Amino acid sequence: MESTIIKSRNFNASFGTNHVVKNVNIDIPRNKVVAVMGPSGCGKTTYLRCINRMHELIPGASSSGEMTINNENIYQMHPIFVRLKIGMVFQRPNPFPNLSIYDNVIAGYKLNGIKLPKPERDRVVEHSLTRVALWGEVKDSLNKKGSFLSGGQQQRLCIARAVAMEPEVLLFDEPTSALDPISTSTVEELFHELKANYTLIIVTHNMQQAARVSDKTAFFYLGELVEYDETKIMFTAPKDSRTQNYITGRFS
Amino acid sequence: MEIKSVKYRIGKNYGFKALVIIFAFACVVPLLFILSYILEQGITKINWRFLVNVPRPVGETGGGIVNALMGTILIIICASLIAIPIGILAGIYLSENKKSRLAYWSRLCVDILQGVPSIVIGIVAYFWLVKPFGFSAISGSVALAIMMLPIIVRSTEETLKLLPASLKEAAFALGMPFHRVIFKVIVPVGISGILSGVMLSIARITGETAPLLFTAFGNPYLNFKIWKPMESLPHVIFTYATSPYDEWKDLAWGASLILLVWVLLLNIFTKLITRKWKVQL
Repeated sequence: MESTIIKSRNFNASFGTNHVVKNVNIDIPRNKVVAVMGPSGCGKTTYLRCINRMHELIPGASSSGEMTINNENIYQMHPIFVRLKIGMVFQRPNPFPNLSIYDNVIAGYKLNGIKLPKPERDRVVEHSLTRVALWGEVKDSLNKKGSFLSGGQQQRLCIARAVAMEPEVLLFDEPTSALDPISTSTVEELFHELKANYTLIIVTHNMQQAARVSDKTAFFYLGELVEYDETKIMFTAPKDSRTQNYITGRFS
Repeated sequence: MEIKSVKYRIGKNYGFKALVIIFAFACVVPLLFILSYILEQGITKINWRFLVNVPRPVGETGGGIVNALMGTILIIICASLIAIPIGILAGIYLSENKKSRLAYWSRLCVDILQGVPSIVIGIVAYFWLVKPFGFSAISGSVALAIMMLPIIVRSTEETLKLLPASLKEAAFALGMPFHRVIFKVIVPVGISGILSGVMLSIARITGETAPLLFTAFGNPYLNFKIWKPMESLPHVIFTYATSPYDEWKDLAWGASLILLVWVLLLNIFTKLITRKWKVQL
């Protein structure tokens, strides 16, 4: 019996009068990888950003409906606590350019004013970087700036930064679309490792990636959740004709 | 095409290039001329006594301008203490709220303020501060702070606007509250641009004479009390250069050189800071 961590009921989101996410009902199981796929402009990224309340930072954005984490309503919690529980990795690697690699990993503590003793900090940095398979590559250059790394390394650094806060859920917004194929496969391998400790929700416009990395897949089309099922079923026997058309490449 | 016409076009091309180079050089000439002239006139007047003595009465040699030097430094420090916090915070507001009504009006007012002649600002400071409280250095600082504001506000705004939105998102996604995002992430990354605006605004007000005529007034003695009249470099140049006495004219030349060197150093320093503290995005 798998337990649900994130649940949304009749969830809607819009920018001004533009209704981008329509009546989405979804249950995200704990410690699984869930891929959200769909053509551009289908509301998948907006939905993802609603989960940790990044959506409301955009002027004119609004949302309604129910979104819970562990049966607690996300929209009645303070956004700061929501974002501490639900980490996020963005489309383009965005390490803090003024901070060293070490400080980037610890940024969630350092910049939030949470004081950790030095050995504890060292432990968090090593642990987080090891989790994202970056420790070996950067352990001798922790004092160099984050922007010194390659694109793929920067993205793993950003994942480490999110992991360091020990969230329950990690959101990935097209995490590999700015990366080369080798970095992409490194990051994809990471998803399998991270699954043991976190719940991952990955937005991707790449169907093969969804098929490779996820346990469950959701298909969004024109703001609606068309279908949501086990990845294997989604890609072999989709129930909805629109899903069928999408995965067979009849529209993109 | 005929060879002759091509040759003519090549010739025209060279002519145009030469013209552009001449005019580019023409911009450098006035500065070099001013620099060399002030240097020639001022360098012989500057010595240790010049820097540590107050002006002597006419007929006595060996006077200095320590009162004006200290006065200018104090007035600038006070003006900076007023203008820098207000300017940077207003700039942050403008860059964070690009479309709000307040931002629109605030931006408009800042732009207009930039165009207000310094003497008008001086008169306003005179009526607001000098009439009720008497001549004082601090009223001069307020007038200069008003002149610094637009430069600091606009340079802060422009710098912060250029920072990628992903930077702010990264910070928010880590659960940072707004003020920490601003002061721990946005400002440190944009610090070189903000500082260069601050330095340029200081360079700008250093030479302002008009507002100080009405406010800090001038004082032949060394004074560290900011609520009393105070001497400043531009004012000392104004009074002594127009005086009929050679000793006083010498003081004005020396003071001009010091002012010029100060502004040059500020500009060079700004360039260095911008280069050194620039965060590679």
